[in-house]
Amino acid sequence: MDYRDSPAEADFRARLRAWLAANNPGLPTSSTDDEYWARQADWHTALYDAGFFGLSWPSRFGGHDLPPVFDVILDEEVAAAGAPPRPSLGYLVQGISAHGSDAIRERFLPGLISGRERWCQGFSEPDAGSDLASLRTTATRDGDEYVINGHKIWTSYSDVADWCLLLARTDPDVPKHKGLSAFAVPMHQPGIEQRPLRMINGITNEFGQVLFDGARVPAANMIGEPGEGWRLAMTIVSHEREPGELGYVARYAKTVKELERTVRGDPAAFRPDQREAVAWAHVQTEMLRLHVCRRLSERLDGIDHGPGGSIDKLLMTWVEQSVGHAALTVAGPHAATDRDDVALKIYLYSRAQSVMGGTSQIQKNIIATRILGLPT
Amino acid sequence: MDTRDTAEQAELRRSARRLARELAPATVADLDDATRAKRLAAAVHDAGWLELRDDAGGGAPLAGGVEAAIVADALGGSVADVAFAGPVLARDLLRRSGRARVDNAVVAFAPSLVAAASTTPAYAVDAPADGYAALVVVGSELACVRVAASGPGGNDLTRVVAALPEGAPIEMIGGELHADDLDAWRALGLALTSADLVGVMRGVLDMTVAYAADRRQFGVPVGSFQAVQHLLAEARCLQEGSLSAALYAAWTVDNLPPADALAAGRVAKAYAARAARTVCETAVQVHGGIGNTWECIVHVYLRRALLSTQWFGDDAVQLAELQQERLGSS
Repeated sequence: MDYRDSPAEADFRARLRAWLAANNPGLPTSSTDDEYWARQADWHTALYDAGFFGLSWPSRFGGHDLPPVFDVILDEEVAAAGAPPRPSLGYLVQGISAHGSDAIRERFLPGLISGRERWCQGFSEPDAGSDLASLRTTATRDGDEYVINGHKIWTSYSDVADWCLLLARTDPDVPKHKGLSAFAVPMHQPGIEQRPLRMINGITNEFGQVLFDGARVPAANMIGEPGEGWRLAMTIVSHEREPGELGYVARYAKTVKELERTVRGDPAAFRPDQREAVAWAHVQTEMLRLHVCRRLSERLDGIDHGPGGSIDKLLMTWVEQSVGHAALTVAGPHAATDRDDVALKIYLYSRAQSVMGGTSQIQKNIIATRILGLPT
Repeated sequence: MDTRDTAEQAELRRSARRLARELAPATVADLDDATRAKRLAAAVHDAGWLELRDDAGGGAPLAGGVEAAIVADALGGSVADVAFAGPVLARDLLRRSGRARVDNAVVAFAPSLVAAASTTPAYAVDAPADGYAALVVVGSELACVRVAASGPGGNDLTRVVAALPEGAPIEMIGGELHADDLDAWRALGLALTSADLVGVMRGVLDMTVAYAADRRQFGVPVGSFQAVQHLLAEARCLQEGSLSAALYAAWTVDNLPPADALAAGRVAKAYAARAARTVCETAVQVHGGIGNTWECIVHVYLRRALLSTQWFGDDAVQLAELQQERLGSS
């Protein structure tokens, strides 16, 4: 057990720190302002071009073949610099890597990792949320193509995406989990309509909604075999639940740091309960940072696509929501009176964490049955 | 960075848990089995675990905070009624003071269980029944109070909390402690009590999950109900998060400057203390009526958690210290 940087890790940290000092785009805290996503693509490509993104992924796809714990260093340093967190797309890389053919991986992973091609994930539907396997979007074979019809929702950032990793029903005659397949669908084509939703904190860019009406995708863009869609979806969501894959620790640490600065700037102005809320958010965020250190170290034994991500997801949710509560508590009346109050936006956004990527209730079902082994 | 156990640490974890499982009380009635308790104490002694923080020569300890925390976690996990953290912390303090050895040493705490005592009255955790030397810190010097015998004391049924009487004579024994020594020692105390809490959570949750899978109502196991499942799932998350924070706290003791180790200890303790109370309360609840009886061993875990929580300060104490440090004085 050793939490110290190895010489290679220390060298990486020093180079990254120097680069961040000169290249921090100073974006607003993510998910509180539409400006964040508008400029996030530039941040992604800048981070990638400087050699600081895609660290643990294979070099033949544009990664760096580094141990997963390098992502901890990246999260720590961007948080310390007050820079935006790394792009959250590791779960797509995991899904395509685990299920795609060589041809699929070679075609799509480099663009995904470099940020040259932007992606969204088309899983949920208005009538298929927690019960994802009941989804009704169809992909019907037509020569060398499939024709897509259906309605996807919560497709984050679909309006700026070049590709959609789409889950659709290719066989209506088999049990619901077995008739699904996954595709890389090009988003710039007729037959695709964007209808974004406005989130409760007012931002408009994140909550995508996409209508597919006769959109087409080459059959060669199927990821995995016909009927493999459910298994691919489970691989993806297991990693979508991992803070180590998402890099959110940096986002929470950045917010806590800002709250600490606010209170430290005028200690007499804050009540004991406000101070305690900030200290507790720090404890929670540190716990999650250390939890990610442990999880990414465990990956040195091999990547596990199993249910452990549900534990991490629940921990991450509690952390984000404690940070949200701290922001709200410190803001006091400003959260109610000030139209531009950022704390309110952070707080309101934090409520989505217990829903997105599988609700907390679904995570608890998974932990109870698949980790604790309780009967159903 | 690689936070995994080394091969030696993994082996220590396995053997410590095995020993604790075999010799610790499995039932409340077992607590009265003096022969068993004696075998447990002898096994801990023979394993050399009480010496982990002794001087290896040159002032360094024989083993790291990580190894000591691995044992604390194992003993907490089986509510082992044996002295461990008390003597180990006393010997760590003696080593730091440059004082080679004091027989049957434990540390006196006063006025609460948060800090080493400088006067009496005070309390000593893990005090041997047949006499002990309670270390006190007077200014920057080490001293001790010699006590002939201690009866059972405190509300943890697995560890003695002995009360040192007011006005007991304090004997200077030589040995000097710097502020850094005391900070690093306190960091070890936070790491060991956090590890004990992590163990308690694991032990009581494993037992409760097994009970929920076995106990039937409405013709089915109560563990098949989502309302019960969700309580247990939350408890498991709290256990895992506490472990992640506590492992780091243990590692920092010998590897980071004392102030940083202390900060890591405070984070781990604040999280684990809150978590442990919730996990133990969940265990009582899921055991239903029987969980509220003296005969059900769950309260032995809860009581142990309450002592480990108070020892070196509960979550409120740690949060107050973190505020002072990170937010300035209010």
